[in-house]
Amino acid sequence: MSAYKEIAWNGIWKQNTILVQVLGLCPLLAVSTNFVNAVSLGLATVVVMLLSNLAISALRALIPYEIRIPVFILIIAATVTVIDLAFNAFLHDLYLVLGIFIPLIVTNCIVLARVEAFAAKNGLRASTLDGLAMGVGFVWVIGLFGAVRELAGQGTLFSGIEMIFPTLSGIQIFPADYPGFLIAMLPPGAFFVLGLLIACRNWLDARANQRLREQRSHGQPPAATSVAT
Amino acid sequence: MSEPLEVPLRDSGPLRIAVRTAAIMLVFTLVFTALMAGTYSATAPLVAASAKKEKLALIGEVLPFALYDNALLDDWIEVLADKELGVTDDATRLYRARLKGQPAALVIEAAAADGYSGRIGLLLAVKASGELLAVRVTEHRETPGLGDYINPNKDRNKSQPWITQFSNLGFDSVPRERWRVKKDGGQFDQRAGATISARAVTNASGRALAWATQQRDKLFDLPAHSRFEESKP
Repeated sequence: MSAYKEIAWNGIWKQNTILVQVLGLCPLLAVSTNFVNAVSLGLATVVVMLLSNLAISALRALIPYEIRIPVFILIIAATVTVIDLAFNAFLHDLYLVLGIFIPLIVTNCIVLARVEAFAAKNGLRASTLDGLAMGVGFVWVIGLFGAVRELAGQGTLFSGIEMIFPTLSGIQIFPADYPGFLIAMLPPGAFFVLGLLIACRNWLDARANQRLREQRSHGQPPAATSVAT
Repeated sequence: MSEPLEVPLRDSGPLRIAVRTAAIMLVFTLVFTALMAGTYSATAPLVAASAKKEKLALIGEVLPFALYDNALLDDWIEVLADKELGVTDDATRLYRARLKGQPAALVIEAAAADGYSGRIGLLLAVKASGELLAVRVTEHRETPGLGDYINPNKDRNKSQPWITQFSNLGFDSVPRERWRVKKDGGQFDQRAGATISARAVTNASGRALAWATQQRDKLFDLPAHSRFEESKP
């Protein structure tokens, strides 16, 4: 597996920000009450992670080791501010939907974590890809999260999508008289869902490892995909 | 943890290293502050223009065009920071709608400081007869999916969003002390799990309505573009 492929796979599955590193819980728990909000925050996070990794990888030779953290924070905060203002000025309709999420991204420690652990030590291309892959890993998990909580909490999916695509509308999955399940909408419910998703991922991984061991004991070469697990 | 990017082992003493590090920090701060300031001033006109467009659209939501025939955006007075309106930072503009020269309605900006996540900005239209035409939330930071139903676009109940229950009510039909959420013994609904947002909006709109009803004549009589100052009793 090439180095770039491995970076992508790390971000999306093997070192997934939420399921494995368990980082960035604050925005995850706060915003994942429905699918559309969750994916909106996720996409904004991808943009910020990509740009902050890019900026810090480019400037890494200039940053003294002792003051790297304040400089990283400065660069991340400046990136978020510039994105926020640019969205507001040039993509105003989208800003009305995503706007409140962009400042929230500063609270996502995963941005600082990737900058510190990866972009500060790696080249431009690898760092940008790492930011993108980690962001994509965040998007799909927070999207799944939002979908589970919305379905359990309100019995709908994609509610609020008309703010992004005016021609579409949310789908009522459960009968309209579904009373709702409030705890799924509240922070404790978010923790339950988080626990379930982490358990699912660990189970999938354990199963893959088991298969790998069985194959080895039968003397067969392991399949290429299972090397990563 | 990452490795040192560059090993700072030179003949220079610790003081020189400290000064050099501080200087680099300063340069980074200046460069990125300049970047933010530059972006801010470059985008400010565009941001202000879209804010104004939004405001016009929003006024249209609380005040039907049929109810007035004057140049609404030009018939404004400034209202100084007011406890009743919750406007603490700056003077706010109040627009006066008139129909055939007669007072028709006041369009008021108010705010609730006690939302779940801070300030909730409101826009209200109060009829000259003392009824609240409508309220809209202009800005808020309430929890997405939980408290943000105060904004009708985010409300799951599309046919009758929460905020519309205030429409066309005055203190004639709802006594002042009943202008609260049900949890506080009033008559307005709140949603389970997110009472604070509803309470903040309800109380702030009640305060603003009471103030507008009380000061109505004075507010309509002031010359345009002048300032309203509270006369202490």
